[in-house]
Amino acid sequence: MTDIQQIVVVGGGMVAHRFAEAMRDRDAEGRYAVTVLAEEPRAPYDRVALTSYFTGRDPEDLALGDPALWEDPRVRLERDARVEGIDREARTVTDKHGRTYPYDHLVLATGSYAWSPPMEGAELPGVFVYRTIDDVAALRIYVEQRAKELRRPVRGAVIGGGLLGLEAAGALQELGATSTVIQFADRLMNLQVDEGGGQALSRLIENLGVTVRCSTATKAIKPDKAGRAGRLTFADGGEQLVDVVVFATGVRPRDELGRSAGLGIGERGGVVVDDTCLTEDPAISAIGEVACIQGACIGLIAPGNTMAEIAVDRLLGGQSTFPGADTSAKLKLLGVDVASFGDAFATTPGALELTYADPVAGVYKKLVVTDDARTLLGGILVGDASAYASLRPLVGSELGGDPAGWLLPEGSVEGPNIELPDAAGVCSCNNVSAGAIRGAVTEHGCTDLAGVKACTKAGTSCGSCLPLVKKIVGDELEKSGIEISNALCEHFGMSRAQLFSAIQVSALRTFSEIIERFGTGRGCDLCKPAIGSILASLYNEHVLAQDRAALQDTNDRVMANMQKDGTYSVVPRVPGGEILPEHLILIGQIAQDYGLYTKITGGQRIDMFGARLDQLPGIWKRLVDAGMESGHAYGKSLRTVKSCVGSDWCRYGVQDSVGMAIALELRYRGLRSPHKIKLGVSGCARECAEARGKDVGVIATDNGWNVYVGGNGGFTPRHAQLLVEDVDDATVFQVIDRYLMYYIRTADRLQRTAPWQEEHEGGLEAIRQVIMEDSLGICADLDEHMARHIDTYEDEWAAVLNDPERLKQFTSFVNAPDQPDPSLAYVEQRGQRRPATPAERASGAVLIAPSTLEVRS
Amino acid sequence: MTTAASAVTTQYLCDYDRLTPELGVAALVGDVQVAIFRLADGSIHAVQNLCPFSGAYVLSRGITGSRGDVPTIASPLYKQVFSLLTGECLATMDKAPRPGMSPDLAVYPLTLDNGQVFIDLAGTE
Ligand code: SRM
Ligand SMILES: Cc1cc2nc3c(=O)[nH]c(=O)nc-3n(C[C@H](O)[C@H](O)[C@H](O)COP(=O)(O)OP(=O)(O)OC[C@H]3O[C@@H](n4cnc5c(N)ncnc54)[C@H](O)[C@@H]3O)c2cc1C
Ligand code: SF4
Ligand code: FES
Repeated sequence: MTDIQQIVVVGGGMVAHRFAEAMRDRDAEGRYAVTVLAEEPRAPYDRVALTSYFTGRDPEDLALGDPALWEDPRVRLERDARVEGIDREARTVTDKHGRTYPYDHLVLATGSYAWSPPMEGAELPGVFVYRTIDDVAALRIYVEQRAKELRRPVRGAVIGGGLLGLEAAGALQELGATSTVIQFADRLMNLQVDEGGGQALSRLIENLGVTVRCSTATKAIKPDKAGRAGRLTFADGGEQLVDVVVFATGVRPRDELGRSAGLGIGERGGVVVDDTCLTEDPAISAIGEVACIQGACIGLIAPGNTMAEIAVDRLLGGQSTFPGADTSAKLKLLGVDVASFGDAFATTPGALELTYADPVAGVYKKLVVTDDARTLLGGILVGDASAYASLRPLVGSELGGDPAGWLLPEGSVEGPNIELPDAAGVCSCNNVSAGAIRGAVTEHGCTDLAGVKACTKAGTSCGSCLPLVKKIVGDELEKSGIEISNALCEHFGMSRAQLFSAIQVSALRTFSEIIERFGTGRGCDLCKPAIGSILASLYNEHVLAQDRAALQDTNDRVMANMQKDGTYSVVPRVPGGEILPEHLILIGQIAQDYGLYTKITGGQRIDMFGARLDQLPGIWKRLVDAGMESGHAYGKSLRTVKSCVGSDWCRYGVQDSVGMAIALELRYRGLRSPHKIKLGVSGCARECAEARGKDVGVIATDNGWNVYVGGNGGFTPRHAQLLVEDVDDATVFQVIDRYLMYYIRTADRLQRTAPWQEEHEGGLEAIRQVIMEDSLGICADLDEHMARHIDTYEDEWAAVLNDPERLKQFTSFVNAPDQPDPSLAYVEQRGQRRPATPAERASGAVLIAPSTLEVRS
Repeated sequence: MTTAASAVTTQYLCDYDRLTPELGVAALVGDVQVAIFRLADGSIHAVQNLCPFSGAYVLSRGITGSRGDVPTIASPLYKQVFSLLTGECLATMDKAPRPGMSPDLAVYPLTLDNGQVFIDLAGTE
């Protein structure tokens, strides 16, 4: 095995990750082993998404790619192993622990550091930079602590008004701090937008509550009495009180290793490489932000990933060269749409600029085109960057039609519809072309966005290309004849959300009227339950009311879960998992009397299995008489609110989680929804109720509750994301009322909260605006709808027991109501019974006839 | 599959009014379980109650519907769809029937006489 070559990568950032991944993907013969030496104490993570750390994501959620990469025998990752020296002669590097690593080829991928100008006070506590997980974690802890001490909002300031500064300003607000952006240049994002765009941008940023000071030079950070950052002073004599300061004044390449090893260094820093990413030493490459390529270091992920691919390709004997960097950028700040791409400042000779501005709406758009107005060169979009994903790949191609179509607000002229050439780059983060996306559909058989993302990596980094990826996938599927309409089924052309509004607006209440008005045919097992559910959500009438029994899924129809042999399980509600001893005894008694199999469910309650259709009313009568009610284990509706024991008993509990869980379960019981809904409440951050694995998770804090949304277990586990922090009981209810109601109105059939939230335009942030800031003006309506649900709740089993018509449904045979289903057969196992297998039936094994077990009450 | 072969086969099941539109019921005819449906258009249909894909006697508890012009019943367990006219399985949901069972259902003729529903097992198609 001596012919395996050793590659050492210095730096464990995003580009190092891409290098290792591409090498393992492409080095089929196993020629190279890769050792990644990382300074940070963790595996490479998604730095581009760093800000989402503040919206409740765990560090693990920032993980890049498939973690299995690090398990590969030909990949080795050393964390906390900063490299301190290169010995080019001996071909070794040495890390801070004094360990030496020999290399055949060395790759420098040390990225950049956050640069702050030399300034008085820059070293004070309370002054931060914004580059690594550790940076943002420290910032978060500091702001949270200061908030507790100060008992007023923490005053934050960001020095630097570029892309990163604005992101940091948003992050400070996310943490509950106020924020001011101090910009030396005369406008925000001066590298990306022109004056007109800068003005529109300032207005948008100020609308978010961020104060903007342009043309301002910060002179010093002055300490407060305790020696922490307390005040900013400016060159013009002004001052500003602060509690926390973030520097976002640019980055500088971490080229110190290259310098000391004597490699060529660019004018403004960076290890000089040629178009194949090689330094002047053919045994050393440099890639990513540390590389000075074509005369500059580029602070964006896309060119870094391209360099990683090139370095791998060259090592494997390929011929690729660096094509030049795409410096397009889009601001990742919610509610502020800014993008700039291509030749945004019209430096091409003869270039024309077409601008559109609507100061009232805060929109500024500019397209830069060739002198014949046909070919797109670049552009700036502020306030409405919806065209960004489509325009960026068109740079260098003919626009087709009237370019004004791209500038005017949607709908005012016929939107241009252009087929992108296969070579057009769509996802610049991951270097995926339109052709590759089409290929994923036509050759690799992907049939949806998720599949294409997994197959091509398109859209998996910053996400700004997703609208375009989605469109290309849709077009391609349509071409290959695959139905991608969001129609519910052959009987309804609408999606569930559309049908929901149609039914709401038309106020129709029966299936026959609805299908006559909005659909065709007689319906089926897809649309009928969906409409049953919509009617139940809207009117909260009994699931078996009017013609609705025939709409319900098997389980809803008889309000029990059908098991494999056609019998049912019975699950009474046990709110919050708290149960009276007499109810435990009753369940045991019923199970004994009817010979039912009992099991504790994963939802903190008890399931009794094996009840026949005709036995259900008798069983439920006993439960209802004793004060128990339906647990809706069968419904697409609230299932359980799982709780931990909480402050009543647990030595760590800080709030009454059981009380909260019961309150929530009683509030939302019976609420019909597109899919099942589960909640969890934990009494402290130890999270014994696994609340973050639920659609809504409520976790106690010293000051109240944190509410997380969009989690689930099941096939695609998801952790719920933080929605609000430290709120009181009333706010918990209000926020969840609105979240659930909004979900119920707009989700697809059988779409749980996590995918709904993910696919909602603008994601959780947009949902937060709808329910916290009433951006759609529907909060009063959502509140009222939920109040109606809570007021009109009735136990559906109690209602059926009082209705002889509906009880008729629960007969075994229409012509022999006293005869139980003769096909059922059971064997004994661990002291209880279970359905006999076909083999057991055939062999005539001792079967327990169900009728002999029955004791009618 | 079990099919009764007795000579006198027409048998009273129930009154037509006892059937709720679109909601199936099971009936026991000798030892054969039958699923009976009255559809919204007033027509009545009978198929075997045994679901060939699960081996459970549950079809009477499925959801009625249509595929094109064909009235259908969907099995409540694994959602296979069958024609109520011919019993043909229209969607197997990528599953095979239980060993030895046909994917298609037996269909039984029903007759309506003076508000009463009768079945003829021997008339199995
Ligand atoms: C009974 C129970 C298993 C048990 O004995 O513990 C159960 C049983 C079934 N689960 Fe479950 N799940 C049960 C807890 C869970 C849990 C755990 C929990 O709730 O904390 C999960 C993971 C958490 C989650 O939902 O996020 C769970 C995730 C699923 C899923 C996957 C959902 C997903 O989003 O991927 C399905 C399939 C589905 O709904 O489409 C499912 C479907 C089912 C079905 C309905 C399967 C079926 O079609 O027959 C089972 C119904 C059996 C019955 O008659 O009651 N069950 N199921 C649990 C009932 C809890 C209760 O008290 O209501
Ligand atoms: C908040 C934020 C938002 C961003 N948003 C975007 C965006 O929207 N779009 C975009 O294109 N780009 C964005 N970027 C920039 C993008 O993250 C970088 O371009 C990218 O991470 C560069 O990758 P890299 O591997 O070259 O460097 P890095 O990711 O910085 O990795 C370098 C790693 O090397 C380590 N290292 C340094 N020296 C040594 C040594 N001597 N020994 C061992 N290890 C060492 C460092 O600790 C670091 O972990 C953003 C950056 C930040 C901070
Ligand atoms: S995990 Fe599977 S087998 Fe177990 S209860 Fe859930 S659905 Fe049924
Ligand atoms: S462009 Fe960033 S993920 Fe596609």
